[in-house]
Amino acid sequence: MSVTITDVEKIAQLAKLKFSEEEKTKLQKDMNQVLGYIEQLNELDLENTEPLENINETENVMREDEVKPWLSTEEALKNAPSKTQKFFKVPKVIEK
Amino acid sequence: MSSIYDKYEPVIGLEIHAQMKTQTKAFCKCSTNFHNSPNSNVCPICLGMPGTLPVLNKELLDYAIRMGLATNCSIREKSIFARKNYFYPDLTKGYQITQYETPICYDGHIHIKLKDKSEKRIGITRIHMEEDAGKSIHDFSDSETLVDFNRCGVPLIEIVSEPDINSSEEAITYMQKIRQILVYLDICDGNMEEGSLRCDANVSVRLKGSKEFGNRTEIKNLNSFKNVSDAIETEIKRQIEATENGEKVVFATMTYNAKDKTTTATRSKEQAHDYRYFPEPDLVKVNADEAMINGIKSKLPEFPDDKLKRFVNAYSIPEYDAEILTSGKELSIYFENVIKELKNKNEKAYKQASNWVMNDVLKVLNDIKINIEKFNIPEINLAKLIDLLLEEKINKTVALELFEMMLTMETRDGQNPEHLLKEKGLEQVSDTGEIDNIIKKILTESPKEVERYKGGEKKLAGLFVGKIMRESKGKANPKIVNELLLKNLEAL
Repeated sequence: MSVTITDVEKIAQLAKLKFSEEEKTKLQKDMNQVLGYIEQLNELDLENTEPLENINETENVMREDEVKPWLSTEEALKNAPSKTQKFFKVPKVIEK
Repeated sequence: MSSIYDKYEPVIGLEIHAQMKTQTKAFCKCSTNFHNSPNSNVCPICLGMPGTLPVLNKELLDYAIRMGLATNCSIREKSIFARKNYFYPDLTKGYQITQYETPICYDGHIHIKLKDKSEKRIGITRIHMEEDAGKSIHDFSDSETLVDFNRCGVPLIEIVSEPDINSSEEAITYMQKIRQILVYLDICDGNMEEGSLRCDANVSVRLKGSKEFGNRTEIKNLNSFKNVSDAIETEIKRQIEATENGEKVVFATMTYNAKDKTTTATRSKEQAHDYRYFPEPDLVKVNADEAMINGIKSKLPEFPDDKLKRFVNAYSIPEYDAEILTSGKELSIYFENVIKELKNKNEKAYKQASNWVMNDVLKVLNDIKINIEKFNIPEINLAKLIDLLLEEKINKTVALELFEMMLTMETRDGQNPEHLLKEKGLEQVSDTGEIDNIIKKILTESPKEVERYKGGEKKLAGLFVGKIMRESKGKANPKIVNELLLKNLEAL
């Protein structure tokens, strides 16, 4: 399987990124290399191997359902480039 | 004449999102309180700050498994979380933590009961855990949107049905049943106005008898039973008309506009999101082992269907009564507490209790739009009222009068019907002498009617009874009134 320029454009669009034609070609090459590397895995017999979903083998790390306040509204909004007293402000969005 | 609409059969599947009643969010310690001021239930984790790590709320897993057990699901022993990637301002991290290939519960079903009394089995494909997004406020200005992240990270379970639903009636009945179970399990408040329960409907149509599915559309974010029903009806009609006109139904995400009752496509297949799911590396595997599941099983309350059967068997009340009484968990508890408080314990008493709760109490709740939890007559007082009636110390007229009085009284002792009865002098008169005097008085006062009665107009007896009851201020024992009246009339 090899990555086309259209694939690169689709992935860029999904990631909300924009690239020049030159960058796209470079990305196409990089992606093909990564895929080629992963392709090697297909040569292995993984019939009886469980997928590794997490490099951490522990299970059931959970916490009690107890409230602990952390940030005030003021602190939460501190880094926001645009805000009102209580809300984050973003450019108008309609479609979801 | 058969219409074009009769040729088709709708096929519907529902995805129900239920907000869990936990104290804290799914992956951080922020409060889930709906009423707090905007952006006050937030922390670096739910705000998606770099370097923060989510930790699963134990209760969310517990609640999801409860729902799975209540809907006959298999519980997956090992499951993981996944990231669902998309960009929207109300999603801080750029992805939603959810479950993808390994939902915690799968392959379940429930039974719903339809208006024509038939029962139908609706399959449940899966139930998975996930987090909610924040809330956008669009009407702030023309160029800007406000975002409140209090809801961002609040735990949800998504209950996905099989496409076993074939009408809007079935759809809302199914959704009501799901809501009833959630509320019985005490894991969701079921409040649709506040968005605790929302639904997406997948709708397609096919010619009756056809085995293949038509192309479906997905109607998003339906937040009331009425909208679910209306949106599905509208979309079925639209798809049938399109098909009849030779158009092809194509997959699209739709929104329903309740104002003009139309569905409109907001996103076509070409624009469909590619969520690029992958395993969430920040959360470890969930292991729901036997011990955990048994622990949860042992804490489960009685399910509504079981309670219904038990009410019918234990109290000999009609199934119709039991259905209404078990429709809400709190209502069923109220009814059962009334029964416990009754001095008279027999089928007649249970049926009386059922009638009072089902008719009189529910009427008040509907009239003033409150839940049974807020009802001001405690079970013991209603039980006392019913006992007075059963023991013929009062008749139904006086009972209703007392009930009205009790409704206006705050304190438990103040509204004790036994005390009220004495205070107001409303005790039923069963003294035959006294009643006989009243009857004689009334008959003397109504010579014309008595003549007509003697002439064969036997139904005038009812008129006399009415007059006698009024004269006694409703206190006369109706049984004795009837007996003595007949005796008096015969003797004339």
